[in-house]
Amino acid sequence: MTLTSAIDDSARLRRTPLHALHVERGARMVGFAGYEMPVQYPSGIIAEHLHTRAQAGLFDVSHMGQVRIVGAAADLALEALVPGDLRALAPGRMRYTLLLGDSGGILDDLMVTRVAGGLALVVNAARKDADLAHLQQRLDRDVVVEPQFERALLALQGPAAAAVLSRFAPGVERMVFMSAAETTLAGKPCFVTRSGYTGEDGFEMSLAPEDAVAVAERLLAEPEVAPIGLGARDTLRLEAGLCLYGHDIDETTNPVEAGLFWTIGKRRREEGGFPGAATILAGLATGPNRRRVGIRPEGRAPAREGTAITDPAGSPIGRVTSGGFGPSVGGPIAMGYVGAATANEGTVLDLVVRDVPRPARIVPLPFVATRYYRG
Amino acid sequence: MSALRFTKDHEWIRQDGDTAVIGITDYAQSQLGDVVYVELPELGRRVEQGKEAAVVESAKAASEVYAPISGEVIAVNGAIVDDPAKVNADPMGEGWFLKLKLADARQLDALMDEAAYLKFVAEQG
Repeated sequence: MTLTSAIDDSARLRRTPLHALHVERGARMVGFAGYEMPVQYPSGIIAEHLHTRAQAGLFDVSHMGQVRIVGAAADLALEALVPGDLRALAPGRMRYTLLLGDSGGILDDLMVTRVAGGLALVVNAARKDADLAHLQQRLDRDVVVEPQFERALLALQGPAAAAVLSRFAPGVERMVFMSAAETTLAGKPCFVTRSGYTGEDGFEMSLAPEDAVAVAERLLAEPEVAPIGLGARDTLRLEAGLCLYGHDIDETTNPVEAGLFWTIGKRRREEGGFPGAATILAGLATGPNRRRVGIRPEGRAPAREGTAITDPAGSPIGRVTSGGFGPSVGGPIAMGYVGAATANEGTVLDLVVRDVPRPARIVPLPFVATRYYRG
Repeated sequence: MSALRFTKDHEWIRQDGDTAVIGITDYAQSQLGDVVYVELPELGRRVEQGKEAAVVESAKAASEVYAPISGEVIAVNGAIVDDPAKVNADPMGEGWFLKLKLADARQLDALMDEAAYLKFVAEQG
């Protein structure tokens, strides 16, 4: 059989402040977006996934890009590049939005939080250098773009996350989904948001690099908390129906076909003024040619990214963009794009895995109900 | 006679007369991680040495299992289709994949014995 070896050229990969902690805990390290990252710990992807859904998982996501946009008009400036209504974003509130190219394709997806003096962004690891250049080049000159790529980012996710974190920072349990606060964790200053990428309740914590290990060790010492690798992070987000940039969305997909039209604020729909607005809003009137959908194979065979989707007669109708085994679902799950005429829930289709068409059905997303804390 | 041999692709083969049982090694299952799906060949299919005989999928990815030697499939282990985790739990025992009627038992001679395989794995780092 073919086994992919761990890391071909580790010398050229960057490390997060938690690298030694991962290795000590027996993580299998792999190259991801230019970083040496833990794909799993000895307990394995399925156990890590199920632990996160049952208790709390700690993820190192320090490879993601943290960027501050400083200036009184940071919201207005960034609105020129994203379709979200940032002017309506209250202090300490967070929004999911998209960096759009001039033809309306998606350059990246990101989180934006209004903080004192401007905005705090979290962008994808694989896109952060390109995003930074884009922001520096395209943002109005009266704001300052400050990359904070050295900062650590930890995610604590799962139904026990709030109880655990409130032991260190009383009051965080009252924060609502998509809000932010400055706090102290184990004596270390921390910018915390109630957000995540698992479909569970949880938090993301931005820390100075020198503080990250101490905070991670304190959280891991709590009985409910286990370290979770990128493998389970991927199965968790897929079950939650969340897009992975470079797979489910990219420069060739637009927000409407990706099912992300909800990220375009009402005022922005009326006013336009974001990249690709004419194309996107016109496309909205006629409806997209294709749509991102959830797919549930009938058998047990996972359908991986790239799997061809056909109608029952064998005509191509689309392609899988994310697929695998969903541990909480207990079977294979996938997301992909299909022609709009064949994108309705319940539509029967075939997934061509190893040249064999295998029956599947379009199902609503997410595969597992999300459990965000809304107060 | 009975002999246990290994391939550089991390399959094991246990010969018993003119038949042999095939599976993946403990090193292979540990590298794959959680096995979530197994696809086995039809009975009667002729498999060729070094060519795909089965498919094993972990939570992360799909891998092909190659036939260590040529032969005809005379039995498959349905238990690992129903419960793929058996491949992780007992790769050399309950987690076996398939049984072949050997085309040419001399093909076994070129494969590694256990000591040679363990040395090979150690060299993989």
